Amino acid sequence: MSAYAPGTRAAQLGLKIRQKKTTRSSTLIGIGAWIVGLVFVFPVLWMVLTSFHREADAATNPPSFAAPLVLDGYRAFFDSNPWPSLLNSLTASVVSTILVILLAFPAAYALSIRPVKKWSDVLFFFLSTKFMPIVAGLLPLYLFAQKVQLLDNIWMLIAFYTTMNLPIAVWMLRSFLAEVPVEMLEAAEVDGAGLIRSLREVIAPVVMPGLAAAALICFIFSWNELLFARVLTGTVAQTAPVFLTGFVTSQGLFLAKVCAASLVVSLPVLLAGFAAQDKLVQGLSMGAVR
Amino acid sequence: MSPVAQNPTKNPLATGPAKPSRMQRAGAWSRRMPLLPALIFVILLTQIPFVTTIVISFMKWNAYYPDEIVFAGLSNFVKVFTDVNARQAILVTIILTVSVVVISLLLGLGAALLLDHSFPGRGIVRTMMITPFLVVPVAAALLWKHALYNPVYGLFNGLLRLVFGENAPQPDWISEHPLWAVIVAIVWQWTPFMMLIILAGLQSRPLDVVEAARIDGATGRQIFTHMTLPHLRPFMELAALLGAINIVQNFDHVFTITSGGLGTANLPYYIYQTFYTAHDYGRASAAGVIVVIGTIIIATFALRTVFTIFNEETR
Repeated sequence: MSAYAPGTRAAQLGLKIRQKKTTRSSTLIGIGAWIVGLVFVFPVLWMVLTSFHREADAATNPPSFAAPLVLDGYRAFFDSNPWPSLLNSLTASVVSTILVILLAFPAAYALSIRPVKKWSDVLFFFLSTKFMPIVAGLLPLYLFAQKVQLLDNIWMLIAFYTTMNLPIAVWMLRSFLAEVPVEMLEAAEVDGAGLIRSLREVIAPVVMPGLAAAALICFIFSWNELLFARVLTGTVAQTAPVFLTGFVTSQGLFLAKVCAASLVVSLPVLLAGFAAQDKLVQGLSMGAVR
Repeated sequence: MSPVAQNPTKNPLATGPAKPSRMQRAGAWSRRMPLLPALIFVILLTQIPFVTTIVISFMKWNAYYPDEIVFAGLSNFVKVFTDVNARQAILVTIILTVSVVVISLLLGLGAALLLDHSFPGRGIVRTMMITPFLVVPVAAALLWKHALYNPVYGLFNGLLRLVFGENAPQPDWISEHPLWAVIVAIVWQWTPFMMLIILAGLQSRPLDVVEAARIDGATGRQIFTHMTLPHLRPFMELAALLGAINIVQNFDHVFTITSGGLGTANLPYYIYQTFYTAHDYGRASAAGVIVVIGTIIIATFALRTVFTIFNEETR
């Protein structure tokens, strides 16, 4: 017994040292993490600060951190009539997201709960369209839009964004639907629920987190898209990212104005992303990572 | 945009369909119905354009000469392969994609390892890390180009002057290192993405096993190389793959920061320019077909990887 005690004490001592070591290293880790986080967020903070500066203060070297804060940049942005393009972006993103969910939800059902034959081939067909550079379809879609007079029409963009995001939503929702207990469905069917009713009343409430994650990611991708919006739209259906690219043409100082504009355009994505950080991971990994 | 993975493997997904139902004989069509709208929609908007691209790639078609649309055989492909700009674009696409994926994956791994510990303000730091990913790409590119890189009033040179005084070096970041300027700006946006997926992987790690290893005397480094990294591998592969799919197609940063100049034009930009500025529809389509074939080759391998990843991760 007595021979055992020193060993225990040594072990306790060792544990104490290790604990001390871990508290110190965890302080270091905390400091390190804060530094890394600040470095990454710094450009955004700088953008925010610059957007509230006068143009003359925004373009100084060395930078004037403590210059007075004004709303000139935002005023200049909103005076340049950004509302039509913001509204177009909103329409294109929201409508295409709704369409994606409406199409992908039943499709995911047919690929998981009541699967069609060769369902895994279909699933991989969807994924393969995501691997293809969308730029390869740019010209044909442009020519088609030109032919049927859909150039500069928001519906052309909505149709394209729906296709662009459908595979992501199908994959995500499938992984969520696979978890719905079959008994629940069978019970609903015994009660005489048809496909649409069981999708809406039985499955949807269970997979709500998945639906939300899919919707969030589809919204973000449509809102951000530039290349097709630029080629397929003109003055009428122009979206916010296209509007932004045309914003820096004027001579003279424009830094505060551009920062304000960039922030306003990014705001919906920032807010949606902050509000649903966990959904972001699920959406980005197409449901593979929860 | 094309049928790459008609049949990558017969092996059914682990997630598998639910048990064959009693209503199996109720007709295959009733099963197909819910699938068809989505499937038809995707085929219409991806496969038909792709076939059209193939057709146009064999035609001499320049929008400036609308009366001279004729069959051109392989001449468009010859033009693309002998075009210095096209070959440069292929090279730039590879360099850009590989360097952005590798750098942001390593940075993301580092950030995820830091965030895996608990410390005061962890939630705030996580939110700060995610922020770059949530800035609209064009807006981010504008921010880097004008507010940070600008040689006269950009923040980088401003800080250099603030720290080193009047004689501080004032490099013109974009014209001196155009490709790096683009790469850094994209890395800034994609590191959070890599971090999020790796962090999710770290947090799914069985901690009791790690604890057991620690009690058995394994050092932190041993635990990291023999337990953490192998566990993270599928997550990092997934992050790299999904990141690569998006970065290969980058247009916004190249378009905004350098307008494809100074040797930074990648394939999407090259195709955009050939079609939108030069109006050479035939050549743009040939380049598109080449991109797709290249991607098919890569994707056949990548899809197998992604298959195992989804297999393991979904359950």
